[in-house]
Amino acid sequence: MYTDFEMIVFIVAIGIGTFLTRVIPFILLPDGKETPKVVLYLGRVLPAACMGLLIVYCLKDVTVFAYPYGLPELIGIVSVVILHKWKENALLSIFGGTIIYMILVQTVFV
Amino acid sequence: MVMDGNESAHGVNVLPMAFKTTIPVLAGYLGLGLAFGIMLEDLGYNAFWAAFFSLIAYGGTIQYLAIALLTTAFNPMEAFFLSVLVNFRHLFYGITMAEKFKGMGKKKILLIFGLSDETFSLLSTTELPPEMDRGKFYLYVTLLDHSYWILGSFLGGIAGSLITFNTAGISFVLTALFVVLFLEQMKNKANYIPGAIGLGATLISLAMFGSGNVIIPAMILIMVAMLTIRRHDVHRL
Repeated sequence: MYTDFEMIVFIVAIGIGTFLTRVIPFILLPDGKETPKVVLYLGRVLPAACMGLLIVYCLKDVTVFAYPYGLPELIGIVSVVILHKWKENALLSIFGGTIIYMILVQTVFV
Repeated sequence: MVMDGNESAHGVNVLPMAFKTTIPVLAGYLGLGLAFGIMLEDLGYNAFWAAFFSLIAYGGTIQYLAIALLTTAFNPMEAFFLSVLVNFRHLFYGITMAEKFKGMGKKKILLIFGLSDETFSLLSTTELPPEMDRGKFYLYVTLLDHSYWILGSFLGGIAGSLITFNTAGISFVLTALFVVLFLEQMKNKANYIPGAIGLGATLISLAMFGSGNVIIPAMILIMVAMLTIRRHDVHRL
């Protein structure tokens, strides 16, 4: 086990690394300077791309080529999409889909 | 998500709206934070370490990786470089929010410090009524999300073993959140191609490089694709 001092250094090291990745764009694009047009463009297109990236990232460890073939995740996501198209209530879609997924992984695909 | 709120000009309705926006994150962060607290406790570090960790090094994935590092010899440089690498995707969040965070004054450093995947997703997708104090909303969402994560980690450290209901699958709430925010983005036709590029590039990266190295190749592919299609951008100035 790490000593208390080692643990603090360890946590701070990870904290600095994490914060750096967050702060670097803001250092390069400070308040006083006009934001370059290419960055404004990226600011418009990146959110949608990032949502796509994060969805796939969340699913990266799903077993697709063996049982249960990613079925719980597929059914969960389809449920979220259907609920959202139907009621357009974000909380309902998110929790409805999650409850279906939890039931699937706890009782059907165990 | 389009929110309503008429009396928000003076910030009256900002906190309730921020809270409502973050409810899915509350569930996800409590579940995942709990798991982090439990794993840290298993290694012999108590709930206060878990809370301190989540306060200072607020990073999700890197915190789970840190659990693995904690079982090896003390090497803070390795931990630092791994955290930069794993969190590389944050660069995209900063590029996106650089313009939106302008003029936020003292709040800005807190907004940057707490710009997690989930907070970024909410801030970049939620449509606010024009009269709402944007800075306040951003700050509340950021601080609420971070506090859920700290709370989850702490609870995991003290009571993880006492939880009796089966939480398997609870982390799907964050996948569901990203799916809903993706659908919200797709309400705007201009986002069809960027959304497809995000999904496609990450799938290609996953197929080529495997689940351990998916982020950075995906980011490079996304960046190249976005800059390539920019000449067709209708809003190009």
